[in-house]
Amino acid sequence: MHAQSQKPAPFLFLITCVVCLFMFVPVIISVMAGLVNNYRTGLKSGLTLRWLQEVWSVYGSTVSASVILALVCVACTLLLGVPCAYALARSRSRYARAFEEVLTLPVAVPGLATALALILAYGDINLLRQSFGFILIGHILFTLPFMVRTVSSAFQRPDLLAIEEAARTLGASFMQRFLGVLVPAVFPAILAGMLMVFTLSIGEFNLTWMLHTPLTRTLPVGLADSYASMRIEVGSAYTLIFILVILPILWLLQGVANWVQKRYGN
Amino acid sequence: MSGHAAAQNRHHRLLLACLAPATVFFVAFWILPVVRLIALPAEKGWETYFLVLTDSRYMWSMINTVVLSLATTVVTLVIGGAVGVYLARRRFAGRQVLLSLLTAPLAFPGVIIGFFIILLGGRQGWFADLSSAVGMGRMTFAYGVIGLFLGYLYFSLPRAIASYTAAAEAMDGQLEEAARVLGASRWEITRDVWLPQLAPTTVACGAIVFATAMGAFGTAFTLASKFEVVPITIYNEFTNYANFALAASLSIALGLVTWAVLFLARLAGTTSSGA
Repeated sequence: MHAQSQKPAPFLFLITCVVCLFMFVPVIISVMAGLVNNYRTGLKSGLTLRWLQEVWSVYGSTVSASVILALVCVACTLLLGVPCAYALARSRSRYARAFEEVLTLPVAVPGLATALALILAYGDINLLRQSFGFILIGHILFTLPFMVRTVSSAFQRPDLLAIEEAARTLGASFMQRFLGVLVPAVFPAILAGMLMVFTLSIGEFNLTWMLHTPLTRTLPVGLADSYASMRIEVGSAYTLIFILVILPILWLLQGVANWVQKRYGN
Repeated sequence: MSGHAAAQNRHHRLLLACLAPATVFFVAFWILPVVRLIALPAEKGWETYFLVLTDSRYMWSMINTVVLSLATTVVTLVIGGAVGVYLARRRFAGRQVLLSLLTAPLAFPGVIIGFFIILLGGRQGWFADLSSAVGMGRMTFAYGVIGLFLGYLYFSLPRAIASYTAAAEAMDGQLEEAARVLGASRWEITRDVWLPQLAPTTVACGAIVFATAMGAFGTAFTLASKFEVVPITIYNEFTNYANFALAASLSIALGLVTWAVLFLARLAGTTSSGA
């Protein structure tokens, strides 16, 4: 197949080049703007780290808040999602399919609507409203379907049914089977789900902007604030920090996905 | 009760126990709040539900959003399809790196993309420098419909490129070879060989792109766009005018339109794969 596919395709090549420019030029401009003394005069004004330092002193707390929030969100989706994925994979009833469908609604329905619903229902409980817990709830609602879907399809592998049955016949209790046999067998899928949840949580803005308070700000909320109120160099430096936090995780995610594909060939 | 039935029963209860934590969380924090949201506009009278149809300002906001999302979806599918097919069929050094760089923006929040558009077409942007250099004054496009469209394109393209690259890699090369031997032109191969094989990807990816565009908030928020879309209208009604019933009504309308498109795409997906 690949012998004939190397024929020149000038039109597709041109489109691909234009798309690459469109996707990369803004990132390059932004990274440059965050590292030069003055955006208007550009590189001639010299390179500096002072904008990064300024971002760190003003918005540093949002970076750690977002990372911690994303980690807690991963832990919660693990606890809620993995048993749920198992039950959905083993149940053949119509209700299970319907439940899976309903669970995915927070992804299909715009985040703004979910945030609004949460504020209307629980916004009066000050202790909750003013804590990161409120944002966490929103993030779990939004990311849980991704964890459940990824892990549930892994639990459905036919060879797992046989292994589970064998463990049962040998007298393993449910907890032993679940934690000792099933979870290790689908671990790559769980890892992929964890990384996906982490990325989604750290970049979430639609829900978070509605749910945040001045004391509970995440990285994207801080970004929106800096774009509106700080000079362009500061916004750029802040964007650079976000990219530096997110890129290694994305690469790890891709590595895991490739590894899973190689190992399970599906 | 026989031993088998008892084991079945125990198994059933274990499954329910596994399901319980997620269910409790979901009912408490999504189902109940959403039921409340759906009921809220009724307190202001039943006509509140239909304001999106009866009040021209909200109706235009909805039409803007749907047209912008449709345009984004169509252009994204065409361009993303072309890039995906190209990248799937070429082998060159750095291909994997290019692909991972092209899909990285999937993780960017909408606000960053709005900022990128400002860097390109805002008052201090690259396009303004260019237009003033050729003596046409500092031109901007970031704050109108063009800026919004480019921003939506920016966050939609990575998803389409990733999906189409994966789908095109799995395409049957022999079909295309056969068509070529039989004398089919480039255009005929595209229409009769590529498009049918990529149809399931087009339906699934198109639905997700459309739904994401409908609900997108961060990009329009950063651009403070003059072209009003429903998420911004909802935000303004809620935050600036404290008009909760109206914000709820618009959220319901937005959710319904988005969900209906996803549902139709799912139906189309199952019929096309069943055929």
